Amino acid sequence: MTERNGFPRTGSNGAPEDDGKNTAGTPVEFSASCPVPISEYPQILLAHGGGGRLTRTLIDSMFVPTFDNAMLDAKHDGAVFRIGSCRLALSTDSYVVKPLFFPGGDIGSLAVHGTVNDLAMCGARPLYMAAGLVLEEGLAMDTLWRIVQSMQAAAKKADVQIVTGDTKVVDRGKGDQIFINTAGVGLVETSRSLKPDQVKAGDTVILSGDIGRHGMAIMAAREGLEFEHAIDSDSAPLNGVVAKLLNSSAYVHCMRDLTRGGLAAALVEIAESAGVQIDIQETAIPVREDVRAACEILGLDPLHVANEGRFVVFVASEEAEEALAAMRSHPLGATAAVIGRVQEGTPGLVTARTRIGTTSIVDMPSGELLPRIC
Amino acid sequence: MCLAVPGKVVSITEQDTLMRMGTVDFGGIRKEVNLSFVPEAGIGDYVLVHVGFALNTIDEEEANRVFQYLDEIGELGELENGEAAGDVT
Amino acid sequence: MKYLDEYRDAETAQKLARAIRGLTTRPWTIMEICGGQTHAIIRYGIDGLLTKDINLVHGPGCPVCVTPAELIDKAIAIASRPGTIVCSFGDMLRVPGTGRDLLSAKAAGGDVRVVYSPTDSLRVARENPDRQVVFFAVGFETTAPANAAAVFDAHRLGIPNFSMLVSHVLVPPAMEAILSSKTNRVQGFLAAGHVCAVMGWTEYEPLAAKYGVPIVVTGFEPLDILQGIHMCVRQLEEGRAEVENQYTRSVQREGNVAAQKIMTEVFQVVHRKWRGIGEIPRSGLGLRSKYAAYDAEQRFELEAITVDEPKECISGLVLQGLKRPHECAEFGGKCTPEHPLGATMVSSEGACAAYYRYRRLIHKGERP
Repeated sequence: MTERNGFPRTGSNGAPEDDGKNTAGTPVEFSASCPVPISEYPQILLAHGGGGRLTRTLIDSMFVPTFDNAMLDAKHDGAVFRIGSCRLALSTDSYVVKPLFFPGGDIGSLAVHGTVNDLAMCGARPLYMAAGLVLEEGLAMDTLWRIVQSMQAAAKKADVQIVTGDTKVVDRGKGDQIFINTAGVGLVETSRSLKPDQVKAGDTVILSGDIGRHGMAIMAAREGLEFEHAIDSDSAPLNGVVAKLLNSSAYVHCMRDLTRGGLAAALVEIAESAGVQIDIQETAIPVREDVRAACEILGLDPLHVANEGRFVVFVASEEAEEALAAMRSHPLGATAAVIGRVQEGTPGLVTARTRIGTTSIVDMPSGELLPRIC
Repeated sequence: MCLAVPGKVVSITEQDTLMRMGTVDFGGIRKEVNLSFVPEAGIGDYVLVHVGFALNTIDEEEANRVFQYLDEIGELGELENGEAAGDVT
Repeated sequence: MKYLDEYRDAETAQKLARAIRGLTTRPWTIMEICGGQTHAIIRYGIDGLLTKDINLVHGPGCPVCVTPAELIDKAIAIASRPGTIVCSFGDMLRVPGTGRDLLSAKAAGGDVRVVYSPTDSLRVARENPDRQVVFFAVGFETTAPANAAAVFDAHRLGIPNFSMLVSHVLVPPAMEAILSSKTNRVQGFLAAGHVCAVMGWTEYEPLAAKYGVPIVVTGFEPLDILQGIHMCVRQLEEGRAEVENQYTRSVQREGNVAAQKIMTEVFQVVHRKWRGIGEIPRSGLGLRSKYAAYDAEQRFELEAITVDEPKECISGLVLQGLKRPHECAEFGGKCTPEHPLGATMVSSEGACAAYYRYRRLIHKGERP
C-alpha cells in the first residue's frame, strides 16, 4: 500500500484498502440520488436559494435545459466566449444578505467582490461592472449612501469600474430594504480553459486560506448569537491572487470560489461536474481558532459555512508546489494549503479523512445553516 | 440536547445569588454565560456550557481518565489482542 | 480548544478501537440515546472502526425529532398571529408539523427568531413589551434547567408578555419503554453524558438491575464514545449489568443539584407524546400550576389537533433502533433532507439525516 502525494491510497470506491483481514464485506454505497421532478415543488422554497442541493436542482432541471447552450453546460462561475480576437468572461451575482452591514463588509462590497471573484475564477481580469439596485420604499437614504460608497471602495480596490446600472423602487413591504445585482465583464488573457471538465484524476486540490469567517460573521451579527470579539467576514476580491497564480508556470485546471454552502458545496459541485472523486484531509484545512470555537458553540461544521474571499484550485500534482508558492506570494493566499487530491473513484463523491483517521463523506448542506442545541 | 462546549471562566459578576453571570472564553471567542448552576466555579476554571448556561465544572484530574484507561487495558494485554486491520498509518 | 481536542486524538482512537475488537467475542447490540452522540458517530465514522459484531443503534435521543407535530403546528399558529414573536432553537425551524415548518411560517410573515439561549427570548420580551413573546422550549433534561431559569426569571422580574411552549422529554422513561418492548434487541446502553451531567445516574440503576443491561454514561467526543463502547462491551462480555461512568470529567452520580432544584421548582413530570412512538407515561416535563401563567398553550387559545404521520415514514422504528435509516423504502428517494417525510430526516440530529448527510458506506454483510 503505497502513498501518493502524502495521502493513503484508497480503493476504487473511496473505502480504505484493506489487507484482506477486513471481514466486514465489500463496502457498497447506497444510491442517494434524488430524481426530483419540478412537479414535486409547486412553489419556490427558501432552500432553493441556499446554494445547496435544491439550488442545483433548479439550475440543472430548469435553467440549463431551457437556455440550452454550451457555455451554460460548462457549469462554471461565468461564461467565457470569443469576440473577434478577444476572449471575454461574463458573470452575474445577486445579493440579498441580512444584515446589510456586518463586521468586515456590507451588501455593497459583497456584491462587487462576488462578481469580481466569479470572473477571476474564469481566468479573467475583471474590468467593468453593471449594478442593478432594487430599493424598498422607506429605505433610509443614509443607508443607501453608505452602501454605494462601499461599492465604490470595493471596486477601486479590485481595479474595476462600475460603468452602468439601473435603479428600481418597490412598495414598502415588497423588498427587504435593498437587493443588489451585479454583472461583470472581464478579459481572459490566459489561453487555458479553466473549467470543471479540465479537472483530472491525480490533480492536487489547494485551498487559498482559512474557511468559515464570512458565514460566522453573518451569524454572529444576528440577534442572540453575538460574541464579544466580532468575527470579520473574509469578503475580498480574489483577482489579485488569481493573477499571481495564472502568471506562474503552474498549469491550473480549474478554480472555484467558495460562497454559500462553503468548501463542501464547492467540492461536491466540482466533483459532480467533472465526474471525479475528491479526497480531502480534515487536518489540512485551515480554520482560525475563533471561527472553530464559534462553530463548536453553535454546532456547525466549518466545511458548510459560507465564505466570500476564498477559492479552491485544481492543479496537476507535479505543479502544486509552484501554484502554492504563487498564491502565498499574495496576502490573500498567504495561508494557502494543499487539502486533498482528485482520483477517478466514484464520480461526484467527496470524502474526508477525519482527524481520528477514519473516512467520512462530505455532502452539501441543505438550505440555510442554522445553529443547533442537540 | 447534548451540545455543550467547554470554556474557561475569565470574569464573574455576582449580580445576585440567583443570577450569577460571567464571561467564558472558548478558544478566543467570549460569551456571557449564566453561572448560577456552578456556584463553585471560579476564575480560571473550565465549565461546560449549554445554551448559555454552565452545567458543571470540568474536573481536571478526571479529564485524564480516558488516557489512564488505555494504560490499564494495555496492562491487561487487551491492546495486543486487538486486530490491527483497521489501523491507519 | 482545551477539553475538546484531546478527545479527538487519532492514535488513542485507533488504540481504543483495537481494544474493543480484541475484547469482542460475539455480537452485541448497543443503543446510544442522544442526538449529539449519533451526530458524532456518523461525522467521525466511529462505527467504521468497529467490527460488525458491534451493532450500534440510534435511539430516540433527538428531542427535536420526538416533538409532536401538533406542538409544531401550535408554534406556527402562534407565529402566524399578529403581535407575536416566536423564539426557537435553530434545530426546530425546519422540522415540519403536519404541513409547514416554522421557517415557512417566517417566510409567510410570521416573526420567528432563532435564539441560542432561552435567556435571549427573555431579552426579546423585554425589548418588545407590546408583543407576545413565546419561547419554544424543546429538549431533554440537559436543557430543562436553562428553560426553567427563563420562566423563573420571567416570574421573578415580572415579564408579563413572555410565555413558553413546552415540549420537554425525559430519557429514562424512553429507555424503559424500549427495554420493556417485546421486540427489544438492545443489550446495552450508552447514556447521554450531558443529560447525566444535570441528572446524575441514579435513575439508571433500577433500569440496569431490572432489565439486566449495562448502562455506561458516555461523553460526546470520539474518545469518549469509544471508551464508552469498550466499557459497555466489557460488561456484556463479563455478564455484568451495572451503571458505569465514562464521562467522569463532567458527571457525578448525584448530578448538578442546583440545576435540579430549579427544574423541580418550575416543572413537574407529565405524560408526553413522542412523535413516531406514541405516548409514554410520565416521560415529559410541564409547567407547574404556580407558573401556569407562562404556559403558552394556556395563554393562547389553540385548537387541539391530532395528526397522522405519512404512512411511509418509519421514523418511529428508527427511533427505537429497530430499523436503520437506509432500511426505509423511501430513504434517499422520496425522503431526503430537502423534502423530508419525517422528523428524523429533517433534524440534523435525526438518525436519517445524519446517515444521509455523511452518506454512509454500508457494508454488504451487515445484519438488518
